[in-house]
Amino acid sequence: MLTKRIIACLDVKKGRVVKGVNFAHLSDAGDPAELARRHAEAGADEIVLLDISATREGRATLLDVVRRAGRGLFIPFTVGGGIRSLPEAAAVIEAGADKIAINSAAIANPALITDIASRFGSQAVVVAVDAKHNHNRSNWEVWVSGGTRPTGIDVLAWISEAQRRGAGEVLLTSIDRDGTNSGFDCDLTTRVSRNLQIPVIASGGAGAAQHFVEVFERGHADAALAASIFHYGLNSIRDLKASLAAAGIPMRLPC
Amino acid sequence: MIAIVDYGAGNLTSVKRALEHLGFAACVTSEPAIIERAERIVVPGVGHFRATVALSAAALGAALQRQITLGKSILGICLGMQWLFQSSAEAPETRALGIFPGACQSFPSGVKSPHVGWNQLNLRSDSQLFRGAPPRPFVYFTHSYYAPVVEFTVASCDYGLPFSAAVERRNLFGVQFHPERSGEVGLTILENFCRC
Repeated sequence: MLTKRIIACLDVKKGRVVKGVNFAHLSDAGDPAELARRHAEAGADEIVLLDISATREGRATLLDVVRRAGRGLFIPFTVGGGIRSLPEAAAVIEAGADKIAINSAAIANPALITDIASRFGSQAVVVAVDAKHNHNRSNWEVWVSGGTRPTGIDVLAWISEAQRRGAGEVLLTSIDRDGTNSGFDCDLTTRVSRNLQIPVIASGGAGAAQHFVEVFERGHADAALAASIFHYGLNSIRDLKASLAAAGIPMRLPC
Repeated sequence: MIAIVDYGAGNLTSVKRALEHLGFAACVTSEPAIIERAERIVVPGVGHFRATVALSAAALGAALQRQITLGKSILGICLGMQWLFQSSAEAPETRALGIFPGACQSFPSGVKSPHVGWNQLNLRSDSQLFRGAPPRPFVYFTHSYYAPVVEFTVASCDYGLPFSAAVERRNLFGVQFHPERSGEVGLTILENFCRC
């Protein structure tokens, strides 16, 4: 049976892993290469590295970080953050990433999805979407630039378009839940998942094992991503997977 | 030296790194002369089946065909494995190698496609590739088309229906999943190939 994936996310700034609450208040959590390997050993099904510095100097550091983190890592490895063109995507893949996550750049230039998919295959393109609930319109709206700028675009409409243009997976982050440890947004996740053929990775809000059970069962997520709860050892991936398996969620258990 | 065949279909860095991690020298190449000299050949590849046209064309195609006839150890990964079958519904006009019988098909409706993630294998005990692997290992897949279960299938997987996850015929091997991204189990499989 296809298992549900547990993905460890490394938010990287200037070559160091950081994690904030609601996309702000960053604090240092360590070396990306070391953390990536530690998560893989603990049973992570995949590693996602998001560069949130997105400055020119940060970019050069990123390729070096990807190279270092990719060495000795033998599980799928996704890299995102500030990738705006096919040559930039190619450089990151060349450095050792399997998949590219694109967010703001895909909104600005949707053809980028197709460009990367045509060159490297759809499986290499993860469209990351930061969603915030809009109470007035009772829908979810796409926010860009690290969750700082609303676009007025409807999340469901955008994700359908991304799939049509060749996205292989969707990384769906709830800005409302991110960093709160209060659980994933299952309503959002289930809406998106039912609307799509491609897999959905739920993100934002993980704080306890029960939250993962909910997002897989009620949210119909194919994978769930978390960062801070793993870095600080609040919940090791090994223990998390054991409790999810005990709750009947199909899991790949580490040896 | 292991030749990793570069035919413009996706990411080859991770395959090279995994082989080097195991202590085997590997080079990414599309040069027929280097492929002919190599001890073993890996044909990786992701993307559209049409890309495999390059594997049958001109000097590269002739070199690969010769090495297969000579019985050199060859491993096809993902698209590289599908190319060992007769054809694929993804690009029906593209003629593949046809060493294994049958055509690759898309998954039935009712399951999400592509099939992405870690799935469990049913192994045949006489497999060379899976020597030393756990009896029901998990490996990482990402594909939209599958190859049928045939007499040479040594590992099958279920996703809407049973399909070929690995095939073996003497020195010719194919895996639908990505051993270079399947953790310790994947490294065991690659090492077995390198020692076959």
